Amino acid sequence: MDITALLIVLAKALAVVAVLMGFCSYAVLAERKVASWIQGRIGPNRTSLPVISAIPLIGPFLTRLGIFQPVADGLKFLFKEDPVPGHVHKTYYFLGPILALVPALVTVTVVPFGRYIDAEGVVSPLMLANIDVGILFLFAVSSLGVYGIILGGWSANSKYPFLGGIRASAQLISYELTMGLSILPIFLWVNAPGTEGTMSLFRVVEMQSGAWFVLWQPLSAFIFLIALFAETNRLPFDMPESETDLVGGYHTEYGGFKFGLYFVAEYGHMIIGSGVVTLLFLGGWNPLPWVTLADVAGWFGADFHIGITGAVLSVLIFLGKLCALVFLFIWVRWTVPRFRYDQVMRIGWKVMLPLSIANLIFYAVLIAYLDTR
Amino acid sequence: MAKVLERKPLTLAERTYLPQILSGLKTTFRHLIKKKVTLQYPEERPPISDNYRGIPTLVKDPEGREKCVSCQLCEFVCPPKAIRITPGEIAEDAPTAHVEKAPQEFEIDMLRCIYCNLCQEVCPEEAIFLQDIYSFSGYSREEMVFKKEKLYEIGGTLPDRHFKWEKKRLAAEHGNVH
Ligand code: SF4
Ligand code: SF4
Repeated sequence: MDITALLIVLAKALAVVAVLMGFCSYAVLAERKVASWIQGRIGPNRTSLPVISAIPLIGPFLTRLGIFQPVADGLKFLFKEDPVPGHVHKTYYFLGPILALVPALVTVTVVPFGRYIDAEGVVSPLMLANIDVGILFLFAVSSLGVYGIILGGWSANSKYPFLGGIRASAQLISYELTMGLSILPIFLWVNAPGTEGTMSLFRVVEMQSGAWFVLWQPLSAFIFLIALFAETNRLPFDMPESETDLVGGYHTEYGGFKFGLYFVAEYGHMIIGSGVVTLLFLGGWNPLPWVTLADVAGWFGADFHIGITGAVLSVLIFLGKLCALVFLFIWVRWTVPRFRYDQVMRIGWKVMLPLSIANLIFYAVLIAYLDTR
Repeated sequence: MAKVLERKPLTLAERTYLPQILSGLKTTFRHLIKKKVTLQYPEERPPISDNYRGIPTLVKDPEGREKCVSCQLCEFVCPPKAIRITPGEIAEDAPTAHVEKAPQEFEIDMLRCIYCNLCQEVCPEEAIFLQDIYSFSGYSREEMVFKKEKLYEIGGTLPDRHFKWEKKRLAAEHGNVH
């Protein structure tokens, strides 16, 4: 590979990571805003930037919306004193946040976020690495994120982080299985006999130009969503963190920038997770069930579904669905209380796992029938 | 008689948690779009009732005469001893010389004051009033000891119609000093 190609790949990767980071910080803002609204408050509405906030109408509006708040938050994390407690295991203590964030950033490489149709009508995905084992890679890497949590909890060398780390690993093991089983029916369907076998997410989205998978495999979608809540450590499954009984869980001993990394990693996982749900079940960049962008363009008698406009539109549709899911995550967080630890385990092993196996068997039989008919 | 509450076993729907979570989501969504209750404090102030007890201040009567006669009752009654008065005489040639006394210095230590309203109640001259100011600050303890000028500045003029001392003066001029 020559140097320009390498640079292009690098630039693309940086752009995607930058967008993901931007999304993370604004997800934090959304979290704070939605939390306030649900609690009858207004939320961050004071932070202002010197020039932009001075623009009449728009400036104050953006300030009231808290648009500049992530900047302040980020700067705070950067410049805060970052003490290292004396009793921690230094190497792993520093490794923890990095290990938590890196998987979140790596998984984004296999997530297609749009598609591009060139003049010949060849459809190609917009993604960093169109590898054939997409979803396997994604699952493998994203579950590595828990190592950051376990390491953080263990190296902090105090009881609450330790408990948090243990809980994180137990929870991951309990729900990873369910999660994997719940999406098997989809790949059974996508890899119908006679087609080229693939695990790529792009193919899954292309299969959903008709019915979205959520419509005829609602149970899979539901199980996957719940497992995702558990995997991303979001309420009602935020066992590793649970402020009320574990102080702060695995990041109790972290402060400043290292805590910021954990924070961003958590939201990164949430955003990637929402993206995967969108791709697997909600039709990716298809605007409506049974309606593709090409159909919409057909209604208007135009051809904006191809070329750059088409690519941008597909990305926007994808991001719109992703944001709606992120909102769901936040909404649920501020609605339900946390499960007890034993409840989490019981739901995981006694309910979700049998349910996902039953779901798999049912759809396996159904798909076998449909495919061989 | 003790009443035994029967605990019904949870139904299947309840045991999945889902109906409850959904109704919870509905509730929170209602709150999401409801009007917010936050008061944007420094810009918006809460409404304050008329009998609110804020900082105690001295007042003047509509003619601009300081009403306090430095009887020191308030100093005496003040539970935390926040008031310190240095009594003074009114000059012989002043138009209000018959009032005889006025405070030379009048200090209220706002850090000690407990806003109990006793000084206002005890004052025979209606010279000291608790205002509706509840938020003030200073950089030092000394600054929080309000001097006479400051107390009058905040207190201002009381629009009353007694003119007790003016009536006394007129009465004395007509020769009936009760
Ligand atoms: S309000 Fe009470 S504490 Fe304050 S000065 Fe008056 S008597 Fe003293
Ligand atoms: S304020 Fe009232 S009670 Fe206090 S010294 Fe003056 S006249 Fe007397």
